[in-house]
Amino acid sequence: MAEYSVFSLIGNALRGNRGWKPAWRAAAPKPDYDVIIVGGGGHGLATAYYLAKEHGITNVAVLERGYVGGGNVGRNTTIVRSNYMLPGNSYFYEWSVKLWEELSRDLNYNVMFSQRGVLNLAHSPPQMDAFARRGNAMRLAGIDADLLDTKQVADFVPDLDCSPQARFPVAGGLLQRRGGTARHDAVAWGFARGADRRGVDIIENCEVTGFLRDGDGAITGVETTRGEIRAGKVGVAVAGSTGEVMRRAGIDRLPIESHVLQAFVSEPLKPVLDTVVTFGAGHLYVSQSDKGGLVFGGDIDGYNSYAQRGNLPVVEDVASLLLTMFPNYGRLKLLRSWGGIMDMSMDGSPIITTGPLPGLYLNAGWCYGGFKATPASGWCFAWTIAKDAPHDLNAAYTLDRFHTARVIDERGAGPVPWHH
Amino acid sequence: MSGYRLKTGGSLIDRDAPVSFTFDGKPVSGLQGDTVASALLASGHRTLARSFKYHRRRGIVSCGTEESNALITIGEGGRAEPNARATTAELYTGLVATSQNRWPSLNFDVMSVNGLLSPFFGAGFYYKTFMGPTRGAWHFYEHFIRRAAGMGAASKQADPDRYEKTTLFCDVLIVGAGAAGLSAALAAARSGARVILADENAAPGGWLQAETRKIDDMPASDWAKSSAATLDASENVRVLPRTTVYGYYDQNQLGAIERVTDHLLVKPGHLPRHRHLTIRATSVVLATGAFEQPLLHDGNDRPGGMLAGAVLRYALSYGVAAGGRVAFSGTHDGIWETALACAEAGIGVAAVADTRRDPPADLVAACEKFGIKARARAAIVRADGPGHVHAVEIAEVSRDGRVMNGIEKVNADICATSSGWMPAVHLHSQAGSRPGYDEERGIFLPGTPREDWIAAGSCNGTFGLSAAIAEGATAGREAVKAAGFRRPRAALPVVEADREASEPMHLRIVESPRGTKAKIFVDQQHDVTASDVKLAHREGFRSVEHLKRYTTLGMATDQGKTSNVAGLSLMAKLRDQNIADVGTTTFRAPYAPVALGALGGREPGAHIRPLRKTPMHDWHAENGAEMMPAGAWMRPRAYFKAGETLEQAYVREARMVRQSVGIVDVSTLGKIDVQGPDAATFLNRVYSNPFAKVPVGKARYGLMLRDDGLLFDDGTSWRLAEDRFLMTTTTANAGPVMQFLEFLLATAWPDLKVHLTSVTDAWAGIAVAGPNSRDVIARITDIDMSNEAFPFMGVREGTVCGNPGMIARLSFSGELAYEVYVPARFGLAAWEGLLAAGRDRDIIPYGMEALGTLRIEKGHVAGAELDGRTTAEDLGLSGMVSKKKDFIGKAMLNRPGLVEDKRLKLVGLKSEDSASIRIGSQLVQTEEAGKPGKSHGHVTSNCYSPALEAYIALALLEDGPERHGETLWAADPVRGGHVKVSVRDPHFFDPDGSRMHV
Amino acid sequence: MRITCPICGERSVAEFTYGGDATVERPALDASVEDWSAAVYDRENPRGAHVEYWQHGMGCRAWLKVERDTVTHKIGAVTLVGRHANEEAS
Repeated sequence: MAEYSVFSLIGNALRGNRGWKPAWRAAAPKPDYDVIIVGGGGHGLATAYYLAKEHGITNVAVLERGYVGGGNVGRNTTIVRSNYMLPGNSYFYEWSVKLWEELSRDLNYNVMFSQRGVLNLAHSPPQMDAFARRGNAMRLAGIDADLLDTKQVADFVPDLDCSPQARFPVAGGLLQRRGGTARHDAVAWGFARGADRRGVDIIENCEVTGFLRDGDGAITGVETTRGEIRAGKVGVAVAGSTGEVMRRAGIDRLPIESHVLQAFVSEPLKPVLDTVVTFGAGHLYVSQSDKGGLVFGGDIDGYNSYAQRGNLPVVEDVASLLLTMFPNYGRLKLLRSWGGIMDMSMDGSPIITTGPLPGLYLNAGWCYGGFKATPASGWCFAWTIAKDAPHDLNAAYTLDRFHTARVIDERGAGPVPWHH
Repeated sequence: MSGYRLKTGGSLIDRDAPVSFTFDGKPVSGLQGDTVASALLASGHRTLARSFKYHRRRGIVSCGTEESNALITIGEGGRAEPNARATTAELYTGLVATSQNRWPSLNFDVMSVNGLLSPFFGAGFYYKTFMGPTRGAWHFYEHFIRRAAGMGAASKQADPDRYEKTTLFCDVLIVGAGAAGLSAALAAARSGARVILADENAAPGGWLQAETRKIDDMPASDWAKSSAATLDASENVRVLPRTTVYGYYDQNQLGAIERVTDHLLVKPGHLPRHRHLTIRATSVVLATGAFEQPLLHDGNDRPGGMLAGAVLRYALSYGVAAGGRVAFSGTHDGIWETALACAEAGIGVAAVADTRRDPPADLVAACEKFGIKARARAAIVRADGPGHVHAVEIAEVSRDGRVMNGIEKVNADICATSSGWMPAVHLHSQAGSRPGYDEERGIFLPGTPREDWIAAGSCNGTFGLSAAIAEGATAGREAVKAAGFRRPRAALPVVEADREASEPMHLRIVESPRGTKAKIFVDQQHDVTASDVKLAHREGFRSVEHLKRYTTLGMATDQGKTSNVAGLSLMAKLRDQNIADVGTTTFRAPYAPVALGALGGREPGAHIRPLRKTPMHDWHAENGAEMMPAGAWMRPRAYFKAGETLEQAYVREARMVRQSVGIVDVSTLGKIDVQGPDAATFLNRVYSNPFAKVPVGKARYGLMLRDDGLLFDDGTSWRLAEDRFLMTTTTANAGPVMQFLEFLLATAWPDLKVHLTSVTDAWAGIAVAGPNSRDVIARITDIDMSNEAFPFMGVREGTVCGNPGMIARLSFSGELAYEVYVPARFGLAAWEGLLAAGRDRDIIPYGMEALGTLRIEKGHVAGAELDGRTTAEDLGLSGMVSKKKDFIGKAMLNRPGLVEDKRLKLVGLKSEDSASIRIGSQLVQTEEAGKPGKSHGHVTSNCYSPALEAYIALALLEDGPERHGETLWAADPVRGGHVKVSVRDPHFFDPDGSRMHV
Repeated sequence: MRITCPICGERSVAEFTYGGDATVERPALDASVEDWSAAVYDRENPRGAHVEYWQHGMGCRAWLKVERDTVTHKIGAVTLVGRHANEEAS
């Protein structure tokens, strides 16, 4: 399939753009594969891509219930960062940022990874100390981090209310300059095209309705709306629907709850915000997309939900927080809101593991943080499937860590999923 | 020719009230009642805006909310609103309108060069390039792309206007005051139910404004006006004009925005700009109407290309002719009716083309009587420029929109099209009901209701006037019944009969005689062309969502109200499938853009979160304290004397406490009154250390764990009576602890007779610490303060400064110390009383930093160490964990991860460099600063210790207690520090606690 | 969302605090670590009918058991929890 480049763009334009081929084939399912990945979202597609690229496993099918990229990879606030504090997380997310930095060229698809920086605001001396702790942990892990004072923050984000009489005056902030945003849909499409180019079958409109088991209970394939498909290994990467899909494999209970997270976009505007900023005295994160819309979000609604829509109290609180930060945004208009279903885990950290059944592999529990993890999640999950053992980077993301008390709790919020 | 004001007509304007405003700095005049669009149209303006990508000229397309093109900035400075729709903005004198997304001017826009490169800038081109030559190249290209994109510019100044929020309750909410909505409201009002009728426009009636049939012998717009007036006069009805119901949320809660002063020249100070309404309705009638859809053709984006109904609406409502010669093109009877009505209103109509083989003869004849060229089986296949529309090409077209022959050029300056009406099913869909596509009728219809709503009128596919009114009345009656009222009798107005409509044709796009050179714009604002849709199809982006996301079709500020359907039908045709099989994207709130200010209301800024102040707050602020936030509270950090640094201030304070006496405001501590015969049993279960046998008149320090065995909170509980404790919690956890305890009593131990009351705000608390504390307190209380009468951990009730109070002998500082509690209203009196009583002992107030210093010197833990990841053993508090009794968290306390080696545990650190060991520093084994490496732990609390005359700190260190004596470095690369420290026992000062027992 | 508190009547969800899956049986204090781990960490997380705890924190502070559908957000029976569970609200 043709490489994408400025030359192919010009060449095709001169021929009336009739020469373009589908970005990936609309594959029909074969009777069996070496590996089936359930879930054609960012993580599932990335897994298939890295299985092919890193491990030479190309007899792979990605099964998607709807359309590629229709889950959370297509409905998030597109933030990429690795500003984590705990070692279990920081090395993994940093690996992800490193993959992001090469991703467009690796995939030959412009995912528009824009390293415009991610700035977390602090509003009190103790909060500055907490950010210093995080920043220092990052630096020791080889991750870039800068602690800004109020003046530096004001210079970096000109419209931000940094006045000392603010309800929560800005004391400073933790900046990761290598963080930023990416074009969410392009990530799904780029991985889909990349995987397809290496021989992976991407099968849309194919819902997994059950799992095939052998006499010992090991998973040997899946039942789908498009028939039975056998496979040596089945990986599940369906954040938001993890409970439902795993129930079909006989796993009734998991350390995960599904919660709805709303996200918002304003009408398009000329450049007004050049970085990603998060408010520290209430949960809000905002950036401006290349199209010009302010993309922002806040807390989850805070109750179990599979509905991709939320309620007004969160909408109102998010708008209030945004205007507290940027009093000049009052006359800008909200264009669209949407809801995504988050796999909220019991410690706020994800699961990438072998099992819980022989032949089955699980990638789940991404809470709010799945988008930024997409490349590393796929990379690690591919490794875990290929080698039947986790890579060091995801060794801590086990399913049994909850029972054994080896949780990775960045917020220290305890086993309450809606508090993470 | 361009638009002008007609001699007659204009139901919404006042011809005697001229209004002057400016557009791009030039004065323009309009009339009271005009929108910015109608006034600009009347004054001959054709290009109002530039498109998103190619910066093509854009004119006015519609006459309402669905406008995709005529976006302008209204107002100046902090009041500048970008991306306002000229078609809904009501005119007032002095209004300042500015065009956007153009440089240097609207008529000469440099970026329009993009249009020449459109073959390269097809759908998704940016995914295929801008990837090199270097890794970070995108950041470079992005800069230019961002500047070219976007539409209006955000103001740099704060919005000075006020927004308010209200919650409204009603039995029946009716959304939309068109024919069906008014009829529903009239019916519902008769029941006596509380009715709210909300409509987005200033004047009621919706499309009745462009209706030529009479209702109750009145012009339809008059009937609308008088019906609304009747309703408004009814006590049980509230009519809300200029109110857009934008969102349908769970349990029939709807979000709406009332635009209160946007249309006023003088904006009265007592009124907000917008009011956000949360409307709670028992039942809802959705009479949201329908959006006319264009019939797309080559060159359809030229200024002068309009929706047919909009041309008529400008004529009838505003007395404005959009142009001198209008050519119509459509697929149904309405195109003829609209053309005829325009002609009757005095507008020059050049031609009518109908794609159907046999348009009704009566309509054709009527048109010909006006001298209008009438063509069947034909459509406008091209609008010609240059710039705006100068002529149109009409040709015979096949059933699927191919150009057959007979191309005829007709001079026209307005090209008005219509391919029928699409029900506005936004709110229905938001309420969880997916709309279904009716192939027969070629429209989307509301799905089965999941919330309590009834659809009526054109949003329900009921287009005829009398049918819509009848359906509205039925809906109104059913809605009041659903709300528990008796269904009122029906009383319908007399409506002039509808014409018997003939079968419309389902066609949204006609091809161009120019073949691939054609520019057929599906989404005009975003410059998505039919070629882009075809490209998306070619590249496999064929599902509705992929089409939308790949081409950005329908993602502009109008959210595709007049473009989604055409795009969808084109994709269906390319896929050779029905539209129903291709599907529709989900409608999401808001239905139309909503000002963020209105969603924020009064909360942004000072009121974003409640601010809690202790009774002594003002005293602190007036006496040199720097206040700092602690959760919702403000607490004094230190009391500064002239010229002091923070460190000098807190060291002085801490030293004075150890030497003499100091007081600190501890009112923020959580306080829970625990009462009932089982109070002691209850506390014995929730604390990890024994509480069953605490004697009355004694306090005990308690440790609380979470279910998972990790530390939750700590504090003292005072036994005031056999059946009563006063529990104190940390400031941060006051709420969570209360909630957890209530949860336990409700769910786990309903048999325990215990009642909890939060009394945090009821008491002011003052800790008095230092060797002279006893003597000072003795001067203001009637309690016997002697060591014998009032031992360590004792609790006594008595008077404090003549007021009732409680005193407990507790020490956080390691000194002889007490906590004095008085009812909050006596807090300041007690505070000042203590200061006065201790003046001869040099009593001082001290702040959080000194409080921290004193407790760090003692090795006491606080919030920084109880961070949700530590266990009692980690913090050296194993002795507080009972081996004998059962308590919350015990079962999970010994899980492998909580008892294994390498856990971070509490240690003390002493600086070996005479430098501060800053909080957040990571502990490393290398002397070399700034290098990545392993962290062995981190610093949680620090101070300069006046007692030790050294910088000390508390830290959590891997296997900490085993490493006393080791030398480490506190690495603080983000602040540039690297301090040599020695690890030691955290009990720095007076480890055996002799000072507090004196 | 709106929840009808048996004591205070129908109120906005903003007045309530979520308490999670109410079908989880809280083990006795002396129950095994396995029972406790299951109760603390493992969730059925159903798509559809769900029984859950809510506290009317900004009202009467009662803890409630609420039947709610996690797909439609429709709310069914709401009952008091604890020693007042079987008393008629008045």
